Amino acid sequence: MHSTRSSGEFVPEPVLSIRNLVVEFRTEDGVVHAVDDISYDVYPGETLGIVGESGSGKSVSTMSILGLIPQPPGRIASGTAMFKGKDLLKMKKRELRRVRGDEVAMIFQDPMTSLNPVLKVGYQLGEAIKTHYPKEPNDKVKSRVIDLLRLVGVPNPESRYDNYPHEFSGGMRQRAMIAMSIANSPSLLIADEPTTALDVTIQAQVLEVLKRVQAETEAATILITHDLGIVAELCERVIVMYGGKIVEHGDVHTIFQNPRHPYTIGLMDSLPKLTEDEEWLRPIPGQPPSLINRPPGCAFHPRCFLSQGRLPCREDVPALRAIDGGSDHKSACHFAEELIGRHSKFAEPVPAGGAS
Amino acid sequence: MSEPTVPVHPEKPSVEHLGDLVVPGMALGVDNTYEAGLELKARSQWSYARRRFLRHRLAMTGLVVLVLLFGAGIFANLVAPYSFEAIDLTNVLQGPTTVAHHFFGTDEIGRDFFSRVIFGIRTSMEVGVFVAFVSSIIGVIVGAVSGYYGGWIDNILMRITDLVLTLPALAILLTAAALLGQGSQWRVSVILALFFWTGLARIVRGVFLSLREKEYVEAAKAAGSGDIRIMFRHILPNTLGPIVVNGTLSVGAAIIVEAALSFLGFGIKPPTPSLGSLIASGQQFPQKWWITVFPGLTLLVIVIAINFVGDGLRDALDPQQRRVRA
Repeated sequence: MHSTRSSGEFVPEPVLSIRNLVVEFRTEDGVVHAVDDISYDVYPGETLGIVGESGSGKSVSTMSILGLIPQPPGRIASGTAMFKGKDLLKMKKRELRRVRGDEVAMIFQDPMTSLNPVLKVGYQLGEAIKTHYPKEPNDKVKSRVIDLLRLVGVPNPESRYDNYPHEFSGGMRQRAMIAMSIANSPSLLIADEPTTALDVTIQAQVLEVLKRVQAETEAATILITHDLGIVAELCERVIVMYGGKIVEHGDVHTIFQNPRHPYTIGLMDSLPKLTEDEEWLRPIPGQPPSLINRPPGCAFHPRCFLSQGRLPCREDVPALRAIDGGSDHKSACHFAEELIGRHSKFAEPVPAGGAS
Repeated sequence: MSEPTVPVHPEKPSVEHLGDLVVPGMALGVDNTYEAGLELKARSQWSYARRRFLRHRLAMTGLVVLVLLFGAGIFANLVAPYSFEAIDLTNVLQGPTTVAHHFFGTDEIGRDFFSRVIFGIRTSMEVGVFVAFVSSIIGVIVGAVSGYYGGWIDNILMRITDLVLTLPALAILLTAAALLGQGSQWRVSVILALFFWTGLARIVRGVFLSLREKEYVEAAKAAGSGDIRIMFRHILPNTLGPIVVNGTLSVGAAIIVEAALSFLGFGIKPPTPSLGSLIASGQQFPQKWWITVFPGLTLLVIVIAINFVGDGLRDALDPQQRRVRA
């Protein structure tokens, strides 16, 4: 399947193609439907943003395809995740391990705890290589590690090689984590909230490193975050998740300017806009849905400004469907058309009329 | 987003003046003044631990005593004036004297007691170190597997541990010795090791239980490391502190149990002297005090020294500990 993105260019085969993924957790209180029937593609070289609030299933959707959720209680109920012609979900543990860290790599949220405190940073990075290429001579591994550290902007990589994690600052550690993730030139990079644990100035630097690394390795990237600013900065396409489902999907400009799902609009409205003097931000009322007892129909309807309690919202689960004339822009809202012509506050004022 | 401008501290030279020190990270708009070789050399965990240990007076005293005694044991052939079997019937049950270097006197068939005590130290030391080493390996493996995998594996292994822990070790050892007869010191050591691993297994399991949830373990998994690699390369180094402490203390404990066994006559077969059997040999001659006192004192000093060293290591290896005691 070839899809065309909004620019109309020809797009190659996806690196990762997830279809109908369902992930559940069996708990004492009942079955948690963490990820419910989601499908998406990631194309070579692009950055796909997955946004959503806590518990929307954004991390679980990627962790599960790498076999990184605890099973039990977790369970991948159905779905496929085709990566380079192979289904990751059907792989044996050993096969999957070979993929992890080599062809698919992860960057974790908290660099303070993701590095082993008792091992030297250089050793840990070398480990990432040695795990997959045990026959690589040590001096070659070391020089590769030093190159990697230099690439991510760690000063004095030669002396930093022998440092322990506690001698690194938070930003440096996250750089080291990024270096570790690209150590084996993966074709897919999954960054799970890579900047959440960092303060704002360091965030900017780390994002810069991420961009640069991506340009260098040409890896497709899935960026999981709840920070729309980061999405705007780095991503080409965006998936918005709510209650374990994809509610909107489109390229970053479309999503930011003409969101077609009330939840996405709510997210935008809850952000401050720097160019305007806003007295109040508009939060989305209510609480995220319980993933054990989800509201019937559209999971968002109890909090939705558009629904107003209409029957389809309460009874039918909306399907993700193309809107705005068959482009790649999809929304899972029964009344998405009612939002046509409505711009987010981040829309550029010039193109009026809802052209995407 | 504009690049953050980092204020340069007035005392530090600004980036422009650093010349050669400006490093590649510059291109990313990073403040390099701190990293450009101007910082203090940070101490590693081990150098902190070493420093804390060296300042621990009791532990250092213990270490010195231990080095002297174990040194004598290791080089018993050179240190001891006689062989432990050499019989001198002209000097039987001689009290401590400097005549003919019988510093600790002689026993009932005229063997030099000083030499026998030194060879006894060697035996006890070998048993203690062997037992500590082997039992540590067993304990680490059992504890690591148990704590890392959890679930039914943990359950089975821990019930086995409980079982071994509840068995009256001395009674079993006596039975074994009675059945098998007095054995070589290696047989005694192996049997002892099979009883000594339980404490460490529990400690290691506890640490693994908490560490396996750490994010760096998850990161290692995401990097494709297998279970064995994660257990022994990533988690085990974090548990070295308790392992070293426990191992050290169990040297002392093993020496005591071996002495008790030998004292009861079920330990190492004569004529190889061990401290326990030397003490026991004094039973027949209550008036000849030196036969009991010298090996007994030696045993006491060795075990106390080991415990001091163990305590010192415990204090030194605890990263939370900032203050040095004693």
